[in-house]
Amino acid sequence: MSAADVGAATNLLEVQNLGKRFGGFVALENIALSVPAGERLGLIGPNGSGKSTLVNCICGTLRNEQGSVRFAGQPLDGLPAHQRTRLGLARSFQLPRPFVSLNLVDNIRIPLLYTVEARGTRYAKADVETRCHDLLREVGLEGKARHLPRDLTQVEMRKLELARAMASEPKLLIADEAMAGLTHSEIEEILALLVRLNEHGVTVILIEHIMRAVMSFSRRLVVLVSGRKMADGRPDEVMRDPEVERAYLGQ
Amino acid sequence: MRTPLFVVACLLVGAAIFGAAIGLGNDYIFFAGYVVLQYVVLSTAWNILGGYCGYVNFGSAAFFALGAYSTVAIYKLIGDNELPHVVPIPALMLIGGLVSGVVGLGMGYLTLRMRGAFFAIATLALAVVLETLVVNWDFVGGSRGAYILRPENVPVIGNYVRYLFLVMLVLAVAALAIARLIEHSRLGYGFATIRDDELAAEASGVPTLRLKLIATTISGALMGMAGAPFPYYISYLQPDSTFGLDYAVNSIAMPLIGGTTSWIGPLVGAVLLGSLQQIVTVTISSAVNLLIVGFLLVAFVIVAPNGIIGLIHTYLQRKPEDFVGRRRHIEADAPGTVP
Amino acid sequence: MFSLDLLINAIVSGILIGGFYAAVTSGISLSFGILDIVNIAHPGFVILGSYVAYILNISFGLDPILTAIVMTPAFFVLGAGIYQIYYVSFEKRGQESLRGLAFFFGLLFITEVTLVLYFGVDYRYVEASYIGPTWHFGYVDVPLRILVPCLVSLLLITVLQLILSRTFIGRAIMAVAQDQQALRLMAVDPIRIKRIAFGISIATAALAGAFLIIIQPVEPSVGRQYIGRVFAICVLGGMGSLPGTVIAAMLVGVVESLTSTFYGPSWAPAVSFGFLLLALAVRPAGLLGR
Repeated sequence: MSAADVGAATNLLEVQNLGKRFGGFVALENIALSVPAGERLGLIGPNGSGKSTLVNCICGTLRNEQGSVRFAGQPLDGLPAHQRTRLGLARSFQLPRPFVSLNLVDNIRIPLLYTVEARGTRYAKADVETRCHDLLREVGLEGKARHLPRDLTQVEMRKLELARAMASEPKLLIADEAMAGLTHSEIEEILALLVRLNEHGVTVILIEHIMRAVMSFSRRLVVLVSGRKMADGRPDEVMRDPEVERAYLGQ
Repeated sequence: MRTPLFVVACLLVGAAIFGAAIGLGNDYIFFAGYVVLQYVVLSTAWNILGGYCGYVNFGSAAFFALGAYSTVAIYKLIGDNELPHVVPIPALMLIGGLVSGVVGLGMGYLTLRMRGAFFAIATLALAVVLETLVVNWDFVGGSRGAYILRPENVPVIGNYVRYLFLVMLVLAVAALAIARLIEHSRLGYGFATIRDDELAAEASGVPTLRLKLIATTISGALMGMAGAPFPYYISYLQPDSTFGLDYAVNSIAMPLIGGTTSWIGPLVGAVLLGSLQQIVTVTISSAVNLLIVGFLLVAFVIVAPNGIIGLIHTYLQRKPEDFVGRRRHIEADAPGTVP
Repeated sequence: MFSLDLLINAIVSGILIGGFYAAVTSGISLSFGILDIVNIAHPGFVILGSYVAYILNISFGLDPILTAIVMTPAFFVLGAGIYQIYYVSFEKRGQESLRGLAFFFGLLFITEVTLVLYFGVDYRYVEASYIGPTWHFGYVDVPLRILVPCLVSLLLITVLQLILSRTFIGRAIMAVAQDQQALRLMAVDPIRIKRIAFGISIATAALAGAFLIIIQPVEPSVGRQYIGRVFAICVLGGMGSLPGTVIAAMLVGVVESLTSTFYGPSWAPAVSFGFLLLALAVRPAGLLGR
């Protein structure tokens, strides 16, 4: 086994040569990404650069035509999204997709019932309820626990999105623009939450436009432009890269 | 209320109804009541896939007819008068349910990867294809139809129609119990997520395809079980009426009018609409009957999307979560509200 | 028994009928293929068109195709009105998948049963100079009552295609299917565009109805046979491509005709609906984002 193989074997997420087209439009090309366990990765790029498409391909919502994704050493090709979630991969959606006919507690309950319990953990009914309330409290939504998503503000819906992703007790959490529209203190709250998660062993990929948040959170930064990976390294180094400046910041 | 208790309660109510019907003395009650109970089963079955999961099945008639034609096939195989003694109705129902369940599973496997609208059209297509197959299958009579001889008497209950009524009553209780059990279980939550947002459901770990297949199978099986005794009820079975669109429209209209979010809705819709139809068919005509169903369906779907149950909620002005069942599909009540 | 002239005749009549099927489907290509509205009641409106042509034909002796052309504005208004109800009740609330479908299903029933109550279940037919004669080309028989509607159908499709590609409204309709937001930015109300498109869709039903009653006698439940056909042709034809619709329609027509000729008419319904299943199974469109 070469050094690269060893590296690949220990990375939590290993994306190799990933490509995705929509008809004639090339959304992603030759994306390679290695995420070791425990990493705090920031993923940035202009709108339309393919960040969400990449997330969709990793999580199984979309099928990539080229390349492969491995999670904890296991190839994900062909696995439906729900099985990837059960393996420990969780994501929040950029545009919140709550379950509109369920109240907030039940929204959180779903991943508990279908992901956590599917892995073999059995919670007593009362414990499930408590877990749901705990998660809602962590994102500051416990007050609206019995409300329906339609009673939430946009910002609150983003928090619900994040809480629901966390409820599946993931090994890797991909937060897709969870902080858009939040106030300064709310951003701090969410960042603190993500840091806490990371300290408990959850690998986090943060996709954001809010540079301050990305810079303070990430230990590693990846830049995506027009479907290609442009840079990958320490945040301060990446930001000094003239190509990145030109392609991303200069616009 | 736990399920066994619920079933006992329902059976007691059912026994009371049966007793009252006997007391009234007129056998027509049993004839008409059978149809209403049949619709209770069909609506409840439809609602499991339609109301709970959000997948519209236009082919209810096909599953119903498959149950009926399984009975006919066995009848022709074993031979006329022997049948009820060799294979009693409950067994026929299980067979009919099995056949329809398997077809439901197969249909689901073929069609459930499609988006909702395509799925609905596919169910219609499947129903017609199945009908064409049956019409061209001479063993069960083809387009000429099939005659089924009803035995004269059944021990204890006496009159055969009363026996059919009783059997359908038990099936109706079973269907309601199954629907209620699903609603209060993990499966019910899963179904609701499929209805609300399948993509998000998958991302949350819900195996959507598997759940949808479960829904189509249970739904199809129940419809087949409802159809199995039908040849005995009607004595002369014809494909075009058995596969008729009337079953499709009723099994859609009754849950939508009653309310799709819980097991009570299809029950209310079937009893009210079913009884109304029996009255109208006898007093006016069967064509007017269908017109009324069509109008009610369109009216309710526009004005009262949550059905009669929803109207009761609004009237009582309670918060919907407090009422029966845990999950409500909430619509904006006034037109013009953007979600 | 296999004979060449039987085969040729079956193919020819299949192609001609296919031309007519294309006209019936053109409305669905608009409403379903482009606007994504599952108007399962469309065949009901076609039958309505047939009966309107019938009434005017027996009352005033008017040619059915001409009456249909005159009736298109009325059907347009009907279509626009129905879309408005559909939009306010369902599209706006995001309810189109369950309740919107049920709405159209209910409409299908209402139109059919109303016609039964008013006209009964007897077959109705129209009289016109081109309904009787048949042209013969060697051993190929071409009944005029099928040829004329076929030709006018193709004319209708051509006109529709020109509208969609050359006029502002037409291109707005194509655009509204792709990007409503962009339309709004151009100060065009997408809802109004969709209303117009749906109105056109129902207007084609008036014409298709007239063609139908020229080709064959009509009674209210005839519409049901067309549900599978029109959706199969629309999906096979590429969901909204009018040229594709014509080709798919002729294909379905030919296969139906061959089946009917060589296997008997009782298998015919399975053909169109079977095609539909095939089309749905093979077309990747409509799968969850993959």
